[in-house]
Amino acid sequence: MDLFARAGIHPPESKHTSSSELKVLRRFPTIRMSMQQQIGPGAKACVKRGDKVTVGQVIGEPIAPMSVPIHSSVSGTVEKISTEIQHAGRPMEVIEIKNDFKDTVCPDLKIPEVNDRESFCTAVRDSGLVGLGGAGFPTHFKLNPPPDKKIDMLLINGMECEPFITSDDFQMREYTEEIIEGVRQVLKWTQIPQAIIGVEGNTPRANAKIKKIIADLGLSGSIKLMAQKARYPLGAEKMLIYRLTGRIVPEGGLPHDVGCLVLNVGTCRSIQQFLSTGMPLVSKIVTLDGGAVRRPGNYEVPIGAPIDDFVDLTGGFQKNPAKVIMGGPMMGIAVSSLSDPILKNNNAILVFSAEEAAIPPESACMLCGRCTRSCPMGLVPTALDQAARKEQAERLGHFYVMDCIECGCCTYVCPAKRYLVQNIRVGKQIYRTAQTAKKEAANANA
Amino acid sequence: MQMLKVSASPHIRDKSTTTKVMGDVVIALLPALVLAYMAFGWRAIVLTFVTTAACVFFEWAGNRLMHRPQTISDLSAVVTGVLLAFNFPANFPWWMAILGAFVAIVGAKLIFGGLGYNITNPALTARVFLLVCFPQEMTNFVVLGKHLKESGAAAYDLCSSATVLSYIGNPEAGLPSLSELFIGLKAGSIGEVSILALLIGAAYLLIKRVIDIWIPLSFIATTMIVVTLGGQSPLYHLLSGGLILGAFFMATDYVSTPYSPKGKFFFGLGAGLITGLIRLYGGTPEGVSYAILVMNILTPHLNKWCREKPLSHYRQKQEKGAANA
Repeated sequence: MDLFARAGIHPPESKHTSSSELKVLRRFPTIRMSMQQQIGPGAKACVKRGDKVTVGQVIGEPIAPMSVPIHSSVSGTVEKISTEIQHAGRPMEVIEIKNDFKDTVCPDLKIPEVNDRESFCTAVRDSGLVGLGGAGFPTHFKLNPPPDKKIDMLLINGMECEPFITSDDFQMREYTEEIIEGVRQVLKWTQIPQAIIGVEGNTPRANAKIKKIIADLGLSGSIKLMAQKARYPLGAEKMLIYRLTGRIVPEGGLPHDVGCLVLNVGTCRSIQQFLSTGMPLVSKIVTLDGGAVRRPGNYEVPIGAPIDDFVDLTGGFQKNPAKVIMGGPMMGIAVSSLSDPILKNNNAILVFSAEEAAIPPESACMLCGRCTRSCPMGLVPTALDQAARKEQAERLGHFYVMDCIECGCCTYVCPAKRYLVQNIRVGKQIYRTAQTAKKEAANANA
Repeated sequence: MQMLKVSASPHIRDKSTTTKVMGDVVIALLPALVLAYMAFGWRAIVLTFVTTAACVFFEWAGNRLMHRPQTISDLSAVVTGVLLAFNFPANFPWWMAILGAFVAIVGAKLIFGGLGYNITNPALTARVFLLVCFPQEMTNFVVLGKHLKESGAAAYDLCSSATVLSYIGNPEAGLPSLSELFIGLKAGSIGEVSILALLIGAAYLLIKRVIDIWIPLSFIATTMIVVTLGGQSPLYHLLSGGLILGAFFMATDYVSTPYSPKGKFFFGLGAGLITGLIRLYGGTPEGVSYAILVMNILTPHLNKWCREKPLSHYRQKQEKGAANA
C-alpha cells in the first residue's frame, strides 16, 4: 500500500492556456537583467554603462563555483547598473539594457565541444542553465554530485502540478524531440543507465507524443514514460522521486543521496539547444494568466523582460492588477513591483485581480486534521504552526520542521484559513538559529 | 504608482471554512430532528430551539464580556446547542436546558479559550453536569401516547417510559422489536431515538468528508464486542441508547479527539470499552457520554502516542517502477 497515496491536494487546475499557441515577444524597449537568478550566490556585472552588448554575450560573471553566468537577451546599450531590492528581499545588481531591436548575435558564440563528462558540465554551466522548473538550482551543480554518490536514475520532471501553468505542457507537446535529445545527451555524458520521464495524466497530448517519439527513436530501453494521476505536489522533487521510484530522500538529503538526478523538461530542452546551436539561455517560455490579464497564453520572452512591458505587449490588463506572482499560485513569489523582470526560473506570471488576491481572515484551529492528511511529507502542520508562533525550537525539531517542503497544501486546505506554511517557514529559521547557537555553545565548551 | 499586494505563498485557498464545516454538521442533525418531531411532537422542536438560542447567546455574551473577537458566525455554538438538546427528554424543563447551555458554552468552552481550546466536548460536559444535578428530569423519558402498545395509555398525550437499556438485562420485560428501535418510535432523549435518521446524517458527513469513519467504527465495534462477551444482545445495544449519536456526532468532534487515523482508532477503542463495561456492570444504564469524556481527556496523550512518522523516516521501499507504469 502506498502510505502517502492520499496526501496532497487537487486544487482547480485552471489550465486555461493549455491549448494556446505560442507567441514570441521581442519588442521590449528595455531589458532589466537581475544578477541573482538562481539558488546560491549569483553573478557580478562585467559590463559598464554605455557598453554595447549583443544577444548571448556574457554580462554577468559567476562569483562562486555554484553560480552560473548571465547573458544578455537582446542587443543594445547598457544604460544603467543599479542595486535594487527585488523579490528575494536582498539587494541585487540589475543591468538595464536599451534594446536596439537589431538582435545582433554575439560573434563569440560557438557550438561547444563536448567529449566527456567534465566538458559536458562546463558546457552546461556556460549556457547559464539553472533548474527551469521553478527553484533555480544550478544545473551544472546537479550534474556533478560528490564522488561517493552513485547516480543510477535520471528523472525528468514533466509534472506540472501547479494550477494555471502550462508552459512545460506546451514544450513537451511542441518540442518533444528536443527534450528527448536533451535527455539522451545527459544520459550519454553522465553515464546514467536509465531515465524516467514523469508526467501527469492531465497532459494527454504531450504524453502520447513523448511515448511515440521514444518508440520511434528506439530508446524505449533506456527512457521510460510514467504517467500519474494529476495531484499537487507531485512535481515537487522529493514527491517525484518517491512516486516514480519508491525511493525516499532522507531528512535534509538531496536526490543524489538516493541515486537520483532530477531535471525539468525545459532544462533538458535548453541543454539540447545549447549543445546544438551554442545559444545560451536567453529566452523563456512563460505562461501568462490570472483574472487581471486580457490575453492569457504561453509567450516566449527574453529573460529580463519587465513584467509591465510583457503584459502590455500581450494586450494589457483587463482589470486592475492587485497581485503579481512569479511562478504558480501554490509556491510562486508575489513581487512588489510591476517593473520586476522575468527570471530564468520563471515559468509563469500570474496577475490576480483584487477578488483573486483577497486573503481570508484567520480564525482558531479546531484540530480537524485536514492539514495533516494533506501533508505529502507526513508532518503535523498545525503543531509546527503553534510551535513556530511560540518560538519553541525544540518542539519544532520534535515535529521535524526541516522536512517541510513548503508546498502549501496545509494552508490551502485549512478551513480556519490559518497561515500554516507561512509560520512553518519562520519556524525553520527559528530552528536553524537555535541549532547554530547550540553548536556554538558546544564548541565553546569543548 | 500601482500598489501590489505582497504575501507569502500559497496564493489560493480552498473554499472550505469553519462555518461550512459546522453547517454541514447542523444539516446532518436535521433528519433526527424531524424524527424527534414525529416521536415527541412540537415540544422536541421548541426545546431544541431554546437550547440552541441559549448557546448562541452565551457565546455572544461571553465573547463580549471577555473582549474577544465575535465567533458566533462559525456556527459551533449552534452545533453544541442542537447536540445538547438531543440529550434531553422531550419534556425537560426549559430553565434547566438554558442552564445546560451555559455550562456547555461558558463552562466547557469559553473559559478554556473558545473553539479549538476546549478539552472536552461542550455538549457532553453539560449533559453529564445536568445528569448529576437533575437525574430525575434527565431520565424522565416520555413517548407520544399514540406510539404506546397498551391501549389504555393512548388517552394521554405523553407517557413516561423507561429506555430500552434500563430493562435490557431483564428478559421478562417486553422488548420492542429491532425495527421499531431502528426507526425510532420509542422512549429516549430527543435525538437518540431514531437510528435511521442519525445514520442518514452520519452518511452525509462521511460523504462530505467532514468526519472519517475511524472513531465511529472502532467505537461501535468495540462496544458490541464487549456486550456480546458480557452475554447481551449487541443489536439491542447498538440500536438503543446514545451509541449511534455519540459515536458519529460527539466522538467525532474535532477539537476534543485525536487528529491522526491511528489516534482516532484507539480513541474509539477506549470509548467502546468504557461504554460496554458501564452498560454491563455500571450503576447507570447508559455509558456513552462518560466514555467519550474520559477519552476526551486522554486525547492529548493519544496524539502524542499515535504520532505518525514523516515520510523521510520510513525505510526505503523496493523499487516499484513497473507497478506504476
